[in-house]
Amino acid sequence: MTGMTEVTVNGTRWSGPAETTVGDLVAVWCPSPRGIAVARNGDVVPKSSWDATRIIGGDRIEIVTAAAGG
Amino acid sequence: MDASTPARTLPATAPDTDLVIAGQVVGSRLILGTGGMTSPQSLRDALIESGTVMATVAMRRVDPTTPHSLVDLLGELGIQVLPNTAGCFTASDAILTAKLAREAFSTDWVKLEVIGDEATLLPDTVELVAAAEELVDDGFVVLPYCGDDPVAARRLEQAGCAAVMPLGSPIGSGLGIRNPHNIALIVEQATVPVVLDAGVGTASDVCVAMELGCDAVLVASAVTRAHRPSLMARAMREAVTAGRAARNAGRITRRFHGHASSSFDGMADL
Repeated sequence: MTGMTEVTVNGTRWSGPAETTVGDLVAVWCPSPRGIAVARNGDVVPKSSWDATRIIGGDRIEIVTAAAGG
Repeated sequence: MDASTPARTLPATAPDTDLVIAGQVVGSRLILGTGGMTSPQSLRDALIESGTVMATVAMRRVDPTTPHSLVDLLGELGIQVLPNTAGCFTASDAILTAKLAREAFSTDWVKLEVIGDEATLLPDTVELVAAAEELVDDGFVVLPYCGDDPVAARRLEQAGCAAVMPLGSPIGSGLGIRNPHNIALIVEQATVPVVLDAGVGTASDVCVAMELGCDAVLVASAVTRAHRPSLMARAMREAVTAGRAARNAGRITRRFHGHASSSFDGMADL
């Protein structure tokens, strides 16, 4: 399929247009972006960079937030 | 005041110094861990009853199906979020988790937890010190969960940690303080606050921690998994107050034999 990129988000395979940004993924996964952080291939993607960071095929994305614990 | 008037000059609340961590006044000596709570309402009630101003949270994958936000709840109650690197077994995982938490909550504070054994959940001191050094260098305010080992505590303090948090016993075990002597040694040598963290089972454990000279305690399972969490949270709050006051009051020494509290002078010849 042309123009589609496959990545892993929170352990789940996900396919989307090649222009998809980290910001787009966050919008899909989170009802509200408050208290959220993103790691891409083991590095933090600052919130200020979400909309400028396009996903690349094979990326391993983790979107995390606070959960009861600790 | 004549001889028949009882002397009741004790103030309602004894004066005490503030708890200060990393230059910030922390208004409660009871820090609550949110792990193990069964419902958001139960957590809310316990947080309120505890009187805490700081609570730990773990970092986990977002769950789109979860309507409530833990961060919003803590914000609403005016409770500072203390992110925890719970679940990390390596320094690198803990460091990444801390950075994610800083990004998510705009806080430099982190409770650093690096576990070395899945069964006991005891900390891996080698990884812990390595992670602490790197995080301190990166500007974090590091509160490390460590073993009840005075040497480990000293290493962490020397690495620049803002406090040391020795365990009483394994996380979630409810066994209380297994080695009060070591906790007392840590208290004696520390120049940063000592927060007893892990293994608390009930209120008396917290009271003992404060009597040993700990500056604060961190309690999770003992409250969240109690039959009545909000009542236990209240008990913990009062135990912290009682233990701290007892410490400040200066206890009597332990004696091998007895020491009469009533003088033998003036005894009638019966």
